[in-house]
Amino acid sequence: MVKTLLGRSWIWSWIAAAAAFGLIMLLTQGRGAEELAYAALSFGAFAAIVGLGQMMVITLGPGNVDLSIPATMTLAATLALKGMGSDPGTSLLGLAIAIGVGCGAGLANFALIYLLRLPPIIATLAASLIYQSLAIWSNRGLRIKPPADLADFATGRTIGIPNVALIALVLSVVVWIVLERSVFGRWLLGSGQNLRAARLAGIPTQLVRAVTYTSVAVLAAVAGYLLASFSGGASLNMGQEYLLSSIAVVVIGGTSIAGGNSNVPGIWGASLFLFLVVSMLNSYGLGAGVRMLLTGLIIIGIVIAASTRRGRA
Amino acid sequence: MIRLFARHRILLPAVSLIVLLAATFYMQPRAMSYFGINLLFNLAIPIALATLAQMMIMMVNDIDLSLGAFISLVACITATVLHDQPVLGMAILAALILAYACLGALIHWLELPAIVVTLGMSFVWAGLALTILPSPGGSAPAWLRTVMTVKPPLFPMAVVAAVLIAGLSHVLVIRSGIGTVLRGVGGNAASVGRAGWPLLRLKALAYALAGVFGVLAGMALVGLTTSADANIALRYTLLSIAGVILGGGEFVGGRVSAVGAVIGALTLTLAASFLSFLRLSPDWQIGAQGAILILVLTARLIFTRRDRTQG
Amino acid sequence: MTLLTSPSASIVTLTNVEKHFGPVRALSGVSLSIGPGECVGLVGHNGAGKSTLVNLINGGLVPSAGEVSFPASGATRALEAGVRSVFQELSLCPNLTVAENLRISHDNLRGVGWRKRAHTEIAASLDSIFPGHGIDADTTVDRLTIAERQMVEIAIGFAPRGRDARLVILDEPTSSLDAGIAQQLLTHIRTFCAKGGAVVFISHMIGEIFQVASTIVVMKDGRIVASRPTAEFTRATLVDQMGHVAAETTDAVAQRRAPGEEVLHTGDGLVARKGEVVGLAGLAGHGQAEALAQLYLDRTSAWWGDKVPKVVFVAGDRGRDGILPLWSILRNATVSILSQTARHGLVDRAAEARVAAAWKTRIGIRTDDVRNLILSLSGGNQQKVLFARALASDAPIVIMDDPMRGVDIGTKQDVYAMIQSEAARGRTFLWYSTETEEVCQCDRVFVYRDGQISARLDGADITEDRILEASFQMQEAAA
Repeated sequence: MVKTLLGRSWIWSWIAAAAAFGLIMLLTQGRGAEELAYAALSFGAFAAIVGLGQMMVITLGPGNVDLSIPATMTLAATLALKGMGSDPGTSLLGLAIAIGVGCGAGLANFALIYLLRLPPIIATLAASLIYQSLAIWSNRGLRIKPPADLADFATGRTIGIPNVALIALVLSVVVWIVLERSVFGRWLLGSGQNLRAARLAGIPTQLVRAVTYTSVAVLAAVAGYLLASFSGGASLNMGQEYLLSSIAVVVIGGTSIAGGNSNVPGIWGASLFLFLVVSMLNSYGLGAGVRMLLTGLIIIGIVIAASTRRGRA
Repeated sequence: MIRLFARHRILLPAVSLIVLLAATFYMQPRAMSYFGINLLFNLAIPIALATLAQMMIMMVNDIDLSLGAFISLVACITATVLHDQPVLGMAILAALILAYACLGALIHWLELPAIVVTLGMSFVWAGLALTILPSPGGSAPAWLRTVMTVKPPLFPMAVVAAVLIAGLSHVLVIRSGIGTVLRGVGGNAASVGRAGWPLLRLKALAYALAGVFGVLAGMALVGLTTSADANIALRYTLLSIAGVILGGGEFVGGRVSAVGAVIGALTLTLAASFLSFLRLSPDWQIGAQGAILILVLTARLIFTRRDRTQG
Repeated sequence: MTLLTSPSASIVTLTNVEKHFGPVRALSGVSLSIGPGECVGLVGHNGAGKSTLVNLINGGLVPSAGEVSFPASGATRALEAGVRSVFQELSLCPNLTVAENLRISHDNLRGVGWRKRAHTEIAASLDSIFPGHGIDADTTVDRLTIAERQMVEIAIGFAPRGRDARLVILDEPTSSLDAGIAQQLLTHIRTFCAKGGAVVFISHMIGEIFQVASTIVVMKDGRIVASRPTAEFTRATLVDQMGHVAAETTDAVAQRRAPGEEVLHTGDGLVARKGEVVGLAGLAGHGQAEALAQLYLDRTSAWWGDKVPKVVFVAGDRGRDGILPLWSILRNATVSILSQTARHGLVDRAAEARVAAAWKTRIGIRTDDVRNLILSLSGGNQQKVLFARALASDAPIVIMDDPMRGVDIGTKQDVYAMIQSEAARGRTFLWYSTETEEVCQCDRVFVYRDGQISARLDGADITEDRILEASFQMQEAAA
């Protein structure tokens, strides 16, 4: 039992998250455990949602990555808040706007990749500049507050668990079912292992790529919508930190950067870990610089560990 | 016409720059002066150097997502340690270049994905920068300030320096023997290895060159701005990638051009000025840069396609 | 081998060299020595061991037993002994110019003015081999045609590069050259040998071999079966020596079936009827694999998946075209039936397990659990999984791209029987094979040469001799 558990690549991110939690508790002598868990679940939820999307794209194989996640988040949040205009009862309208923005951004990204044969990195990068401008233009520096009922929902909790974490959990289960149980998931995992072999095995690889790039944008848009509701409004740099962390949680979570392999539980472990390690370094009194330095070294260490484990296998 | 463009990759970026320059002068005739040009291209030198650094990495089929953070770190060191203790500062900068070489060797040796390793390194560089300079400040060494603000006759410093940098890096990457072999690694690494070249050392060399240009970019930036902060050059990561691509470089295959990269950097710098002259609302400036990038890439796609069908 | 030169002066000597790849014996007990002035024509059918031999000479492979030495130069490494190879697959850097490519393989070109010297050297080499070639040494290689690239590779092979070339190995050097240019090359080889150089020349153009070789070495099944001066061969005896790979059972041709309706007719003349086994033959690398892959890609879509595929593909290059390496045997086998059995877009895992278990027994995949990783299987068993993947679907057409590579004889017999029975049930097979024995089981055979169909053989016409004849260009190249 223990052995099969240790064989799972996601277990390490969970162990690391638990260790970080334990180390903080050691310092505070057990005080504030509930607050810490609440914060970790809330903030981890946003990283988990964008991480799920980035994971699907990275699963498509080397060279596939979406750099437009922050811009899509910001644009979706801005337009959704504008559409809702702080009016009560418009939450679903806002959600629909956000999802629509996500679909549009995802399809635009894929169109650039497919029609202009651009490498995904440059395509999503160029597109993200345009999304950013759209967001700036529609926002115009105004800070529109989310409807009160939506803000209450986003910061509230049900049976003790933050609502945003519950939503992220539901999305994770959906992504897990798609990847592990559906025909589409098989197609995606197959395409990521060897695109040519997958095509020759009858998998419609372009469809898989199109749907995947759309999915990541929709997930980013939903994350943006929730984050704006959670933090009381959209700001232009609200998505910034999620570019790096979306990729980092995928790698730390045990998903192979070489493609063809996804790991939903690992995304959660890694999202919690990323938040907790910063809190831990914080509570031990380390400065912002050292925190970042250690985070970077941890990411590289995990990548090296993963590659040498693969080498031995 | 189309074949001409396809044959000489440098033409398309050069023409783009000239068109943009002409349009700028048309919009704002007063810019056509020594000071006007100096103003237009003020920040071009650090961007050009950063683009060349990125080009070194892309030359061997990798990509560097940590470049902006690295240049910020160099800027912070230049404005503090190098200013107070020049010898120690130089030693630290040399160590950073060595670190880049080791990074290249590590990526090649363990077959790590460069995109993830450099992503991790961007945290490391940013963390170091924040430790050295927690809040904006510092000051540029006087000699550096002098170098960056020198006023040569006829043409402003930015233009002279861009031409010099383009010429030197062209000799290094395109004309020299070792530059040719490095481009060969990007084109067909297996064949270069079969001919008896040590791929690990070549990869480390390419990264070290990127480190050198990154350090120069950071120093030039501080020379212009006189002070630094830990986030001063974060956007250079994306700018440098865009600059290489605009200059006719490609992500894989060792197809890079040093002159093109400098032209790409100049185009990006000028595009910002031009868009503000256009009275385009500042909201759209970033987006217009993205659109220009897509347009140039589309143009290139059309040219290469036509060229191929015409044989 | 040539009596005129003493063995000690030979450029390369192989003594009792063997090479194994795992259990596969690629080369057994080969002894050969090549002296200055010799041009060795190396011939043999696919898999006879030609490329293994060449790679042992140039240091690309290390022999499992025996010795490779370079007596004339006393060097230990092939490169230092002046051995150069020009391969069929292009090994130039496409982003560099012709002159710059010389720099890659010529490490003495350094210092100021190296470009000029490289330019002069490669231009001189090109001029001497291909007078009037019209290639500018400052053009990047990706702007050259395939033929021009091939010419540049040959020119780099013969270029001095600081140390004279003693032995140049040319693997199908004329495959993409037209007749006139090929003649220039042959002329150059003769002058090169007359000046004391040596050449190993591999070609499917028998005429060229007779024109240029001083000695012909015939390989079969990893052995040298004949090695005599060219004058002692005639075309007929040469083909005779190469042929009869499988002297055993070629009588396995099943009862000819009544031809069904035509299910396939391509632009280049490939025709297949319902229930037929159609063979594609010819030497490896003459366009068969590409034709089949294109056929498959044209008849399927990358944008939607059919519930029941119209055509399925069995890969021969398992690593590149077939295996999904991270998956289990089960997932690899059932990827073709996912849509067929799915409910509401979800995989029917019970049906999947049933199909996998059924095919495990039916085709005899040697594993205790189909949930094991595909890479835990031997090559032959991996191939069986790929067969299971194709045959498990209800696709009416099955395309097979030389699927028997590295498969043991027992498995082959099982698969042959299965193909015949599936064909009898109305499926059509398109079967590219490099093994004549397999092609002889087909109802109709198309022989490919230089990317085109060079012969169509039906029924009783399908014989080894006819296929060999169509695979090799028997006429003089210049004719």
